[in-house]
Formats: sequence, C-alpha cells, structure tokens
Amino acid sequence: MNKYYLNHLEELESEAIFVLREVAANFQNPVILFSGGKDSIVVTHLAKKAFYPAKIPFSLLHVDTGHNFPETIEFRDNLVASLGVNLLVGSVQKSIDDGRVAEERGKNATRNSLQITTLLDTIEEERIDCAIGGARRDEEKARAKERFFSHRDDFGQWDPKNQRPELWNLFNAKHFEGEHFRVFPISNWTEMDVWGYILRENIAIPSLYYAHERKVLWRNNSWIPKSEYLQIDDNEEIVTKKIRFRTLGDITITGGIESDADTLEKIVAEVAAMRETERGNRADDKRSESAMEDRKRQGYF
Amino acid sequence: MTEQTSQLLRFTTAGSVDDGKSTLIGRLLYDSKSIFEDQLDAIEKTSLRKGHDGVDLALFTDGLRDEREQGITIDVAYRYFSTPKRKFIIADTPGHIQYTRNMVTGASTANAAIILIDARNGLVEQTKRHSYIASLLQISHVIVCVNKMDLVDWSEERFNEIVSQYEAVASKMLVKDVHYIPISALKGDNVVNRSENMSWYMGAPLLHSLETLHISSDINKVDARFAVQTVIRPQSEEHRDFRGYAGRVSSGIFRPGDNVVVLPSGFQSKISRIDFDQKSLDEAFAPMSVILSLETDIDVSRGDMIVKANNQPQPEQDVEAMICWLNNKPARPRTKFSILHTTNEQKAMIRDIVYKMNIDTLERDMDDKEIGMNDICRVKIRTTQPLMIDSYRENRATGSFILIDDATNETVAAGMIL
Repeated sequence: MNKYYLNHLEELESEAIFVLREVAANFQNPVILFSGGKDSIVVTHLAKKAFYPAKIPFSLLHVDTGHNFPETIEFRDNLVASLGVNLLVGSVQKSIDDGRVAEERGKNATRNSLQITTLLDTIEEERIDCAIGGARRDEEKARAKERFFSHRDDFGQWDPKNQRPELWNLFNAKHFEGEHFRVFPISNWTEMDVWGYILRENIAIPSLYYAHERKVLWRNNSWIPKSEYLQIDDNEEIVTKKIRFRTLGDITITGGIESDADTLEKIVAEVAAMRETERGNRADDKRSESAMEDRKRQGYF
Repeated sequence: MTEQTSQLLRFTTAGSVDDGKSTLIGRLLYDSKSIFEDQLDAIEKTSLRKGHDGVDLALFTDGLRDEREQGITIDVAYRYFSTPKRKFIIADTPGHIQYTRNMVTGASTANAAIILIDARNGLVEQTKRHSYIASLLQISHVIVCVNKMDLVDWSEERFNEIVSQYEAVASKMLVKDVHYIPISALKGDNVVNRSENMSWYMGAPLLHSLETLHISSDINKVDARFAVQTVIRPQSEEHRDFRGYAGRVSSGIFRPGDNVVVLPSGFQSKISRIDFDQKSLDEAFAPMSVILSLETDIDVSRGDMIVKANNQPQPEQDVEAMICWLNNKPARPRTKFSILHTTNEQKAMIRDIVYKMNIDTLERDMDDKEIGMNDICRVKIRTTQPLMIDSYRENRATGSFILIDDATNETVAAGMIL
C-alpha cells in the first residue's frame, strides 16, 4: 500500500521549494546569498531541484571578506561553473579601500560585521530586490523570530517588533522601490536536518567540513586555523590537530573541533551526539547576549 | 535510520508566563535532551545572576532584548526538537489579550495545540480564547495540560473537575480530538516521564501523546487542488519542448492521465506527466512540490488552479469569511485591499461586517462595526475576479486568504472562508 504522507525531510524540502518558487514569481532580481557554507549550499541545491529542468533563475551573491579559506573559493567557482549561474561578488576589501568601513583593530578583530555595509551596498548597486539566505531559526534566539519572507526598509534594516504576520503558506512579498526582502527557505530546518539532507542527497560540500590535519591555535574555546590574517600572541602555540569545522565563516573567527569524522556518515553520527550548538564556536556570536539581534537589525544575514 | 522515516508535527502553545508555558517548553526540550551544553551554561549563569533557585527552564525561551528586559513575549518564536519517533516544530506564542494575532499566526500552520490550565485557577478567560482560536483555525488535535498539579496535592478530583469544566466549553466549539493530561512542568511529572505522584492517571505523558497523535489523515486527500506558482520553460536545447507548471499540491492526489480543468479559464486537459527534479512520478499528493505537465498546449499561468474535472471548487466573487484583524490601524470602510488566496492575487473590499466575536464570552456583537487590532469578525468580501474557493473547514489551503493594505503593503487580516 502507498503511504500518503511525507517524512520530515521530504516535508521540509517541499516547503523550501515552495518558498523558492514564490521568490521566482514575486521578484525581479533575486539572488542567493552564497557563503560557501553548508546552509547556502543546501539552499542552492534546493533551488536546482525547484526549477529543474530549467536553470536556477537566481544569481549567487558572495560577500567576500577577503579572509577566506582557499578551499571555499575553489568550491564556489566549481559550483557556479557546473550550475551555469551568474556569480556576483561584493568585496569587503573594496569597502575598506573606498573608506566605506574601517577595519576593526586588535587580536580579536574580524571583518564579520563589516560585511553588512558591503552587502547593503551591493544590494543597492545591483538593484537586488530579494536576497535568499540559508539562516535557520534553530541557530540563535533572534533568528527564532524571523519570518520566511522578511521585509527590509530602504536602509536595509530589520525591525523585529514590527514584522508582518505570516500565516499558512501565504507570503506577502510586496515592497516599495528601494526596499528589499530577505527570504529564508530553510527556516524550519535544524542542523541535524541539514546534515541528514546532505547525506540523503549526497550533496558535495567543501573539504573543510571533513576531518583533516591543520595548523591551529587554541583560542576562545576552539581551534582557530593559522592563516596569514591571524594575529598571534607570544603565549599562543601553533599545533597540528585533526579537526573539522561545523560552520564556515571568516577564517579568522571560525573555530574547528577535534574530530575523526572523515565521511558524511561519520559527520552525521557526530552531529547527532554533539552536546554544543554549532555557533558555540563562532566568536562573532559571543560578543554579547544580543550580538546577533544587533547585527540583524542593521542588515546582517 | 529513524531520521529518515519520522514525521513532522507542528504544534502551538499559547499562554502567559504565569501558566508555566515557558517552563513546559523548557522541560520538553531539556528532558528530551534537545538542549545543548553551551545553552545550558548560559541559562545557569543567568539563573544564578537573577537569584533563581536552580536552573530556570523558562529562560530557554527568551528571545529579543526587549523581551528579556520586560519579561514578556512579543512575537511568535519557533523552536525545534526531535525524538526518534518524530520531529517537532513549536510555534511558541504569547497569550496576552493584545496578542490574539500572534496566536492566530502560530495556529495557522499547526497540527496540534497545547492549552495550559493552572490547576489552582481552573478555566480562565484566556483558556476560552485559546480554545476558540484553535477551533477557528481548525487545529485537528487539542491537548489540555492541567499544570501545577504539585500545587493541588496531585488531586485527581481537582483534575476531573477541570476536565468537566473544559468539556462544557469545548462542546460549544468545533474542537475535534481533545486529550487531557495532568502535569507539573516544574517538577517534570507527565511531561516526558510518567508521574509517580499521580498513579491514578492511566493515560500517556505529554511527549508520548505528541509522538503518537494520528496526523496522517489531517490533510484533505479527496479534493485535488494544485495552485500554479510559476511556469517552467527551460531555455535549453535538451529540454526545448518542456512546458510545466510548478506548484505544491494543496490537497488530494494527482496522477498522470487524470482529467483536469484549469481554473478560472475552464480549459480541459489531461495530466501528461508529473516531474520532480530528475524523476518522473506516478502520483503526487499534498504537500508535495512538483511540476505538472498537460497534454494540450493551453494558456496556464501563476494564480491558476488545476483541479480534477469531477471535483471542482466554487468560483466566487462574494465571499463570506471569519477574519482576524492583524494591524494596529483599524479597518476603514470601503478600503480596497489586495487579497492573496493560494497563489492568486486580486483586489478586494470588505462590504459588510456581519458580527464581531467577543472571544472571552463567545457572544456575537451585531452592532459594533469597528474592526480594530486583534478583533475577530464575520465579514462579507467582494473581489474583482472570482476566487476558486473551498470552505476552510474542508480545505485549509483553498479556504484561507490574507488581506494586504495597498497603502502600506502590510498584511492586515487573515481570513477563513465559511
């Protein structure tokens, strides 16, 4: 006998695809915010499935901090070539050179919050009316209140106390000139769902997610990769460890965990047994209790 | 792997901090081991700083900065946990009267509602309000949790009293499947683990009930409806002749060979194939996202609805509906709105207010014709073109709509077609 219900991954997939098709139907110039991280890779994979046999009707937009893992850039370029989509790059280095933003100083300096200006400038220059992101509500408490279709005013800002109510699957995408939307198709997915789906669909992800040997130092409770951008104190020791990354961001603030998980199956098993949230290794979220909320209000992803 | 076969259950919890709602959610997450150590650390520190005894589980549901400062919930927050049997999405909504709109929002996608009652107080106005909203939004399953049983000496008599109070209220509404569970969210009794203090209770603890609610039959499998989102026409050599209609099956089942009608045009055709990604499918059922192709080349575009020839919705320009007003600006008479129904957008006008519902007394006010924030009213709406409607009771997807104010672009009302 046939079963007439979907399992949870199938239902989440169907919901995300519905959302992506609503974007295609409602906006003139939508882009997928592509960081090279697993969540934006999953969103891109979903977009491919949503429109097949047609091509993805969105460009990919990478907000490039300049502090990248080389593996991420290589992965990005290969994916763009295989999908035949257009790639837009917003450069944080250019925003710094143009005097739009100033680099943070000190050992814990990051370019994380500088991305906001670069992103908003790119949205304005390219006349982007919708930026699709891979943010999930389970990641962080400010994100738990986020809508699927999240309105941004003409300053690109989020007003969490004045959000449009979102009922059933009826998404209000109306906006005035200069305003835009952020749309989050995988809002209802958890970290476990993302990994379960990557395994189920056998989606290619950057090698950084798999356990590998790397030169690292111990800082803020995680293994920070050695890179040319990292300021190293005298008392900090560079060691070689077998690690992998649970999330990918700016190379200066993305901490790895010690792991032997070198296959997708092992990663899924490891994530299932994990007792800390994935953003626990992200220095950008540790600055204060409302660090994410504050950045989101300004126009962060 | 169990992950692959488990179903998704969406449920809503409404209530104020005093009901122990946040404690209950914290308890569900904590006892089902869905809370991570760094989250627990943060909560322990905050509990200590605030001088609470032990870990305050309610802090897990803290949200925005204003909410933490004021100790109230402003907006719907979504929370996630899973057990080997199911994955759960909680729409956690505030219960104060001014937040009716958030309860309606949370309820709109829920399969089940948890209604909390403080065992000491019994039914209060808020209980009725929650139950009315659950029935208005046609949530299929209601679980009434009589909380704080520890404060009434785990009394079976008190529990039974509240159950009969609730049955009297529920009989006036359309609540289909009601379960009653005596719990203590604070102590953990009958939340995840069976209570040792209430051996008189023979039913299942809350989590077990949530894991076993029969939800497969909640979706309408009879009336096949498919709202077209967008047309797929690949501009490539390989797929030159492909023309498909992308959408999500709202209800019912479609198969290749089915005789279908495209509404509103009324053109008849047959489904030639159903595709998803690189696979051709034998059938598509709700809520699958697929691409339908038709045998004949007819004009189909976004907002059209594909249905089976022998089972069609009503085309209507005059619609009677219950609406919940969501905006702080009151409804002005004869204002024009955009109405979004499935993927179809039209202009609409509220022609008449039949009555306003007092959701505390469940009485109808026939004289008050002002619609303000959080009001629930029965109205008559006129649209510029016919909508393809079913009643909300029979079909959530084709019986619901939203109104959008063209001056502000804000979503101002949620409607359920009668």
